[in-house]
Amino acid sequence: MADFQRLAPEARKHLRHGPGVWVRLKLDPWLLILLLAIMSFGLIVLYSGSGASETAVQKQLVRYGVALLVMVMITQINLRLVQRWMPLLYVAGVLLLLAVLLFGVGAKGAQRWLAIPGLPRFQPSEIMKLVVPLTVAWYLAGRPRPPHLTHVLVSMVLVALPVLLIAKQPDLGTSLLIACSGIFVIFFAGLLWRYVLAAMVLGAAALPLLWMGMRPYQQQRVITFLDPESDPLGAGWNIIQSKIAIGSGGIDGKGWLQGTQSHLDFLPETHTDFIIAVLAEEFGLVGVCALLSLYFLVLIRGLMIAAQAAHPFDRMLAASLTLTFFVYVVVNVGMVSGVLPVVGVPLPLVSYGGTSAVTLMASLGLLMSIHARRPQRT
Amino acid sequence: MPWSKMDTQRQELSQFNSRLWLALLLIVLVFSGLVARLVYLQIWQHDHYVTESDDNRQQLQAVAPTRGLIYDTNGALLAGNRASHNLTLVPERLPGGRKGVDAALVALAQVVSVDADDIKRFKRRMNQPRRPYSPVALKFQLNETEIAQVTVNQHRFPGVRIVPELVRYYPLDEGFVHALGYVGRINDRELAKLDATNYSATHHVGKLGVERFYESELHGTVGHQTVETNARGRVLQVLDRLEPVPGKDLTLFLDAQLQQQAAQLLQGKRGAIVAIDPNTGGVLAMASAPSYGANQFVTGISRANYKALRESDDLPLFNRALRGRYPPASTVKPVISLAGIDTGIIARNYSIWDPGFYQLTEGGRLYRDWKEGGHGQVDMHKSIVESVDTFYYAISHIMGNEPMANYLAKFGLGQVTIADQPEATKAVLPTKQWKRIHRNASWFPGDSLNMGIGQGFLSATPTQLATMAMVLANKGQWHQIRMIKAIDGDAVTKVSDLGRKDPVQPANVTLKRPSDWNKVHGAMVDVMHGKKGTGRRSGANSSYKMAGKTGTAQVLGIKQDDTYDAAKIAERFRDHGLYIGWAPAKDPVIAIAVIIENGGGGSSAAAPLARKMFDARMLSLENTTATGVKDDG
Repeated sequence: MADFQRLAPEARKHLRHGPGVWVRLKLDPWLLILLLAIMSFGLIVLYSGSGASETAVQKQLVRYGVALLVMVMITQINLRLVQRWMPLLYVAGVLLLLAVLLFGVGAKGAQRWLAIPGLPRFQPSEIMKLVVPLTVAWYLAGRPRPPHLTHVLVSMVLVALPVLLIAKQPDLGTSLLIACSGIFVIFFAGLLWRYVLAAMVLGAAALPLLWMGMRPYQQQRVITFLDPESDPLGAGWNIIQSKIAIGSGGIDGKGWLQGTQSHLDFLPETHTDFIIAVLAEEFGLVGVCALLSLYFLVLIRGLMIAAQAAHPFDRMLAASLTLTFFVYVVVNVGMVSGVLPVVGVPLPLVSYGGTSAVTLMASLGLLMSIHARRPQRT
Repeated sequence: MPWSKMDTQRQELSQFNSRLWLALLLIVLVFSGLVARLVYLQIWQHDHYVTESDDNRQQLQAVAPTRGLIYDTNGALLAGNRASHNLTLVPERLPGGRKGVDAALVALAQVVSVDADDIKRFKRRMNQPRRPYSPVALKFQLNETEIAQVTVNQHRFPGVRIVPELVRYYPLDEGFVHALGYVGRINDRELAKLDATNYSATHHVGKLGVERFYESELHGTVGHQTVETNARGRVLQVLDRLEPVPGKDLTLFLDAQLQQQAAQLLQGKRGAIVAIDPNTGGVLAMASAPSYGANQFVTGISRANYKALRESDDLPLFNRALRGRYPPASTVKPVISLAGIDTGIIARNYSIWDPGFYQLTEGGRLYRDWKEGGHGQVDMHKSIVESVDTFYYAISHIMGNEPMANYLAKFGLGQVTIADQPEATKAVLPTKQWKRIHRNASWFPGDSLNMGIGQGFLSATPTQLATMAMVLANKGQWHQIRMIKAIDGDAVTKVSDLGRKDPVQPANVTLKRPSDWNKVHGAMVDVMHGKKGTGRRSGANSSYKMAGKTGTAQVLGIKQDDTYDAAKIAERFRDHGLYIGWAPAKDPVIAIAVIIENGGGGSSAAAPLARKMFDARMLSLENTTATGVKDDG
């Protein structure tokens, strides 16, 4: 054996190393490259959107670092072990949400943060973005599929409870994302089409109820969305200005740092929710399409990971996380370009802000973890 | 593993995969939709949004023209412009919008002293109709310290700005306001009348006097600039600019020294002095007392100060020179005489015996002369020199209303002949018709008697009396009475040169026998220089001859058998002292009217002031000539 090895070093090297460095690190190189590309692009736009603020870029870099670290840590977790703890995690999450409603802190009429002494301030709702799909996947993985009506209903309750608690904070964007992530799991568990249809009908019927449950400012957002011109200096201002920013960007944009809409302060929240308007103004259609292509590749990769996963839990979770990421992109781009109402959903991995970046990277870490533990093809 | 379970698993897997494909389809469709939306906005609607974007950042701002300056006849500045740093708020841009005004005012009060009056006026301005996002002034004329304090704390006060502005300034202020008028902040009523475009950056408008009449010349034409602003309206850079056309500069006939002299002479009195250059018709001085400061009206007078001015018994706001209607009293006697002899109704050598009173009918009402016991035999010359009322009772009784009214009108009474003082009033020149309309009664002989001595229904403004003096001095030659001498250096002989309507002006007075002028002139010279002339004390000790006529207007009717005692009557019921005249008697350079309310007799109250004005005018001309010689040398 030793002689043979000496005679064929290439073969030996291959055999000894076994699985590649990426698999051992439990990382997916494709996804990682795409994430880094999006982040780099994001930093360039953020520099402009924050009014050429180096501080903002530095802070965002630190956040990216933390988020990447969290992602790498998450990938090391074996989901089989996590599965066992899901009920406990879920209960803990719901309790934290209740705590937010009771003792939470926040600003602008919303109460989203929890300040526990000794811990940094955090938003329990962000944790629930992961916990809810995990819990539903855990629940449905242990039941026959396609799920029975009772199981569907139980899953719905599992989703609805945190969603309602978050909507009460109020945080429409986050509760919408969480609701989607839970529903996606149910859908990928093989929910019968007749239930899908029934849910759609029920949903349509529930819209008026939802309207009545909304806070005035949320209702205002919907009204403004439907008719932004009705309040051009008030609530409609954001939409009108972001459309002007995007439209005036044209095909190739006004050039980096040359956007008048953003740099003359007409565009609101240029570094957070409306950052893609800065991108569209300064880099034009070409720039936006480039970013959308990167997102599209992330989504394709996510769907591939879901397709290759062996365990039902992994499959459902991967598909749900991928589609939730999709919802992020669509809702943000849709609202900034004026086809969806303004709900506070950031542009994934580009918008300024730490919490959402960490959560998103964590969910991508889960995807990588699933991929690293896929059955090896022989 | 049982087959059935394997089967279920395979089935589940294929179902899952088909749903993945479905998801992929959804992703592709929705992404296509987003891209389509972006294509629509960025390619299809691109031009539209480029325009919107430019509209956003580019704003057309109006630039106020600089108001034209006003100079006196010698080039002394009467009305200029000075920079005023005003503290302004844009209510819409305050934190909390208009509702945040009170909070902002409280915060500002810690930095700049703002009193309750400022706040009251600020709120009034804010609630007036105005363009949204236009700044509303809170305090004017900030001093250096206040400017520094607001600037340093600027970041704490979004929506608060210090706006520099050129505002009117009257360096000589009080003594000139009744001649110049003043500018003030544009109010609602004016806003509706003014050209909105041309005044889009202007905050002041001429309210009174010359400032009002020459508003269109003084104002200029608005300019504009395109500026790049941010969403908070702060100007970042000027992209292009069309300079405003500044207003035209006015030169008035007004002589600042003479005007100041007039104002000084009237100090502490109620009355008016109007002086006119008989060679041009230009007003050399126009003073009314008491007066008030014009500058306080430019930046907005406080309510308390305004109330005090408005409610003062001395009526400082009232322009006596243009609007005061006084009985002209004996100052009309030269014209009444001329009316008599020129119409031929009264013989040139007509004379009467004056016992000190006149009666229309035997045993009837006594029309008294001012001198008890009378003047003896009186002819026209003596009647003017000694101002004999009885003579005029007699001739006006003979003439009746019509010739007197006709001749007084030829000299400018009963009409506005000053071209560029919009406040001027025409007072009353009574005719039979006038009495029928206004008193609903017919003209009685007694009315003619009163009119003949310049009392009764007859009234005239100081400006009209000065005009009458000018026409007398000029032997009938009229000029347009006006303030303006030149505009931007071009001489103005009539306001119609500027496209304005000339006032209706009587024709030059031609007498059937021109030597009659000399009769009247001679008598008026003797008023000042004759042994018994009523103005002899004022005419004495002069290097030049002057001509004039005193007048004493009764404020209170004297009862038939009472004797007049000024001391007993309250000051307000004392006689008005009047004087008209000119100097020098030949080739006059100044014609004047002086009225001192409740000053007592014209010879003691008014004539001395006129003499001082004459002296000042002669001195001023001497100086000008001397300077002129020096310049030539």
